[in-house]
Amino acid sequence: MADLLIKLVNVGKQYESGESGTVALNDINLDIKPGEFVSIMGPSGSGKSTLMHIMGFLDKPSSGQYFYKDQDVSNFDDDKLAGIRNTEVGFVFQAFNLLQRTNVYDNVKLPLVYANKKLDKDKVEMAIKRVGLFHRINNLSNQLSGGEKQRVAIARALVNDPSIIFADEPTGNLDSKSGKQIMEILQDLNAAGKTIILVTHEQETAEHAQRIIKIRDGQIVSDEQVKERHFARQEDGLRK
Amino acid sequence: MRPSILIDISFRALRAKRSRTFLTMLGIIIGIASVIIIMSAGAGAQSLIVNQIKSIGTNFITVFPGKSEDKGPPSSVLGLITTSLKDADITALLNKNNVPHGIAVTGYNRGVGTITWRDQQIDGTFVGVNSYFPEVEDSQVAEGRFFTEDENASLARVVVLGYQTKQDLFADQEAVGQVIKIKKSAFTVIGVNPKEGVKGFQNVDSLVYIPAKTAQKILLGTNYYSQIRVKVDDEANIDETILDTQLTLREDHRITNPIDDDFTVRSQKDSLDILLAVTNALKFFLAAIAAISLIVGGVGIMNIMLVAVNERTREIGLRKAVGAKNGNIMSQFLIESVIITLVGGIIGIVIGVVFSTLIAFVARALSYNWDLVISPFAIILATSISIVVGLVFGLYPASRASKLNPIEALRYE
Repeated sequence: MADLLIKLVNVGKQYESGESGTVALNDINLDIKPGEFVSIMGPSGSGKSTLMHIMGFLDKPSSGQYFYKDQDVSNFDDDKLAGIRNTEVGFVFQAFNLLQRTNVYDNVKLPLVYANKKLDKDKVEMAIKRVGLFHRINNLSNQLSGGEKQRVAIARALVNDPSIIFADEPTGNLDSKSGKQIMEILQDLNAAGKTIILVTHEQETAEHAQRIIKIRDGQIVSDEQVKERHFARQEDGLRK
Repeated sequence: MRPSILIDISFRALRAKRSRTFLTMLGIIIGIASVIIIMSAGAGAQSLIVNQIKSIGTNFITVFPGKSEDKGPPSSVLGLITTSLKDADITALLNKNNVPHGIAVTGYNRGVGTITWRDQQIDGTFVGVNSYFPEVEDSQVAEGRFFTEDENASLARVVVLGYQTKQDLFADQEAVGQVIKIKKSAFTVIGVNPKEGVKGFQNVDSLVYIPAKTAQKILLGTNYYSQIRVKVDDEANIDETILDTQLTLREDHRITNPIDDDFTVRSQKDSLDILLAVTNALKFFLAAIAAISLIVGGVGIMNIMLVAVNERTREIGLRKAVGAKNGNIMSQFLIESVIITLVGGIIGIVIGVVFSTLIAFVARALSYNWDLVISPFAIILATSISIVVGLVFGLYPASRASKLNPIEALRYE
């Protein structure tokens, strides 16, 4: 495996709206190694979501280069990006984004539908077991609690065995207990080798990561290792 | 990605909005059903007309007096009276040397008059024909006999009654042997025809048949015929017989240039072709009008699909985020609109067939000779039209969906 999973070189992003064009990202240089757990922090409008979208192949940089596993993906077309999204990354969103009136199994299955492989039922079931929702496999998405929905979303992100999981404010819509459960799962996944990139604006949530990158006005203002890392499982244990 | 999965996704989406899907389908259902019904009713009406012509047989040719354009109506139809067809023509046409495949020839003339028997009185139509008439029109008397050529030549006052005329005058009493009066001349009833109904657009049951010469000399005071029919031994010889007839009549009428013809020879097939051309044009014209409703239905589908794309923006965003290619999204929405039109088309076909059958059933109950025609062509056409409508009107919404930016779509509230 490559030494670096993600390497951004002078990446910039402008939106061509109005006369001036809005600068969302400016000259970003960033390396992420396989197996890292990175938090990206910043106030809203800072560009942290844009950075995540570019790293997650949902958007293309306007300038600079993006090397993913040593391959320059800056100029990939829509279909190629869709292919990488399918096999290399999983997304967890603040708003869960589950398919409505669809059961847990079918929701988790979704990425496999777009993979050019034969559908593997075991993979789906394993992903659901991994987030502890096997007993709800046939429940419809709207019958689940917020925490359960987000766990389904994580299972969906996991099902194709991606290298990275992007979590965009995953606990933003959850109560603190469910939020902790989600962080626990993410930390477990990281411990098992997955690279996790977490976008949040909460310092406490961000400190579950090993490394925090702070962004303001489209630029990285700090990039530091976390000194006192939070562990969701420990906290849970302490409370008991 | 397998098509079966796409179809499954589409069905789920359509089922989630059952009533909306059905209402959208309704436009296609109505359109397809009307195309089927109109095509079938048109073919039924056509069969009604064609059966009329076929009912008097197809293996004879008809000579009309006066010249006519190639495919136009004979001039007699336009109300012109031409007196070119005479007894000598019939004699010449009966000659095997002139018309080898002609097996029977009769002239026709007709008139209307009061027919009475004792105190019974009706207004009837008499038709003057010669003794070959039963052979030419394939009709045999039910009672008594038909008149002979001697009776025709000797101006015998004999009559064969149509079934209805016999009923009107005699009811259940024996008619053969009785004397009736036609335009005050006495005629002896020698035969009665069976019930035959409408043949060649007229109710032959209400006619009475008398010898043609008797009709000319005693009732009409003329010496010409309104038409002559030549029975041909086999349908394959019709074209040859038309030619023989023309040559014979030209010789008989001392015509050297066909432009100067004072007669027109037509086969039943010619008449059929003209009628079929006219009725086909009508049928397709009506079907084309019905097809317009399909376009309206298609616009409805486009409208609903655009709404669906809007409503499901986030779903599209999510699908793209987990790896759906633009083509996958495009196919998904195209398949949805094609499912709407295809299912609508099939329901429309079923409704169309049911209604066509009902129409045929009612028409037959009213004793029209109406065939139930549901052509595979109409069904294949309807099915392909519905698929095409789905594709054409689904294309724009589907391409809108496929071009959505996943980030924008995920953010969409």
